[in-house]
Amino acid sequence: MAKARVVFHYPRALIDAPIASRVARDFDLEFNILRANITPDSQGLLVLELSGDPQALSDALEWAGEQGVAVQPLERDVVRDDDLCTQCGACVTICPTAALSRDPRTQEVGFDPEECVACELCVPACPPHAMTVAF
Amino acid sequence: MPKTYEQINERIRAGEAVVVTAEEMIDTVEENGVEAAAEQVDVVTTGTFAPMCSSGAFINFGHANPRIKVQKAWLNDVNAYAGLAAVDLYIGATEVPEHDPLNREHPGEFRYGGGHVIEDLVAGRDVRLRAVAYGTDCYPRRELDTWIRLDDLNEAFLCNPRNAYQNYNVAVNAHADRPIYTYMGVLKPELGNANYCSAGQLSPLLNDPLYRTIGIGTRIFLGGAQGYVFWQGTQHNPTVDRTEGGVPRGGAGTLSVVGDLKQMSQRWIRGVSLYGYGVSLSVGLGIPIPVLNEEIARFTAVRDEDIVAPIVDYSRGYPYSESGPLGHVSYAQLKTGEIEIDGRAVPTASLSSYPRAQEIAQTLKEWIQAGQFLLSRPAELLPSAESGLTFKSLRERPVEEEVAARG
Repeated sequence: MAKARVVFHYPRALIDAPIASRVARDFDLEFNILRANITPDSQGLLVLELSGDPQALSDALEWAGEQGVAVQPLERDVVRDDDLCTQCGACVTICPTAALSRDPRTQEVGFDPEECVACELCVPACPPHAMTVAF
Repeated sequence: MPKTYEQINERIRAGEAVVVTAEEMIDTVEENGVEAAAEQVDVVTTGTFAPMCSSGAFINFGHANPRIKVQKAWLNDVNAYAGLAAVDLYIGATEVPEHDPLNREHPGEFRYGGGHVIEDLVAGRDVRLRAVAYGTDCYPRRELDTWIRLDDLNEAFLCNPRNAYQNYNVAVNAHADRPIYTYMGVLKPELGNANYCSAGQLSPLLNDPLYRTIGIGTRIFLGGAQGYVFWQGTQHNPTVDRTEGGVPRGGAGTLSVVGDLKQMSQRWIRGVSLYGYGVSLSVGLGIPIPVLNEEIARFTAVRDEDIVAPIVDYSRGYPYSESGPLGHVSYAQLKTGEIEIDGRAVPTASLSSYPRAQEIAQTLKEWIQAGQFLLSRPAELLPSAESGLTFKSLRERPVEEEVAARG
């Protein structure tokens, strides 16, 4: 029995495709949706915990990749160095889960690690290098 | 009754000056009216903190023994311009290191460059200086490789040819089917986001839209120290469309500024990386505006609702000058986090830090209240709306034909 936490990044064209249910059904895996963020206007993002036969699990992830889904293993944390952050907000539209967000009243940029799926998109996009990957 | 610079400075010296930030001025004018506000308030402070590409620093690192007239120089492997005198250099904010992978693997990360060298100097860190020369009778040395740091330099001054842009574009990606990597940040396809870069109602030149007080010799907050405006900035373009209140409806005026790097702090001078684009320098800049009369009181009460910026496509419109703006949007709308373009909700992000702009305006206010910062009357004002000055694009002239025509 193997277990993996993964993030599926869907391109717009695949948003209607039943990728997650086929991963579960065709490969006989248990799955638990930890977070989902799919809107018709943007790219989709699904955070899954999958468990089952180790070979089936790795086949399932390979199959999902072949369908055009970017599969990212979730094993690292993204952290913000508040001393380096300049509160500009360049990150807030890059972040797919709104873990990075700006308060419309104060314009302050907040980071909520609970919402972060460690996709790391913000890391190279942060101008003062405040976002880093912690292993 | 109109006030003079001298009267305002007298009040600052006596600790009696009434100083408010540009945010507070909005409320003052709303509550008391323009006439009363012009009487009550002596100075309005402004601020902005954002990547400002046309920035750099002059340094003089002192003569070596034997002497060298530097021909080419590198600071932490970043090329610095040496075509000045023996040991003067200019390090530009957007210069990238000699062996940077650049965009060979697109998008490049651009982790280090001229802006970071300037930040390292301000932070007091050692910076490696390498230089080569061809050797002369008076300057025989041909090579130099040494550590330098800010304290040991003779002079080090920030000298930025274009800062504090008066208003700017809102950048979107309307046509590319992939993210594009620009100096306005990462722009997602199909109008996936809209990025802007101005402090809006706190921005210096948006509070003095017709340059009635800001000019050559104006003392300012620059990088955490006192600095000066020394000229109009490059691409200064005062003759653009303006709102009824005189505020430009897009990028317009700019400033050249100078200040002592040795007095500055890392909080306000930060090297930044723009993914897939290059490096730059985030600069903290604030300007006090003397409320000389009612017109200036009205100008300094400008609100985000009153300032609009053009929405510009950076996939085709900007790089190929293909089309005009897709529309205009106010900073009040931009700051809600979402605007509408063609009936579509588009999330917004800023490259300019509004919390840091507030901090600069507040700091400048405290300096003035404490009598540490006096206002300076400009030696000359900047060219304004009536000057006829416009920002020209390059008219390319085919070289071969002209050479032939000259015989």
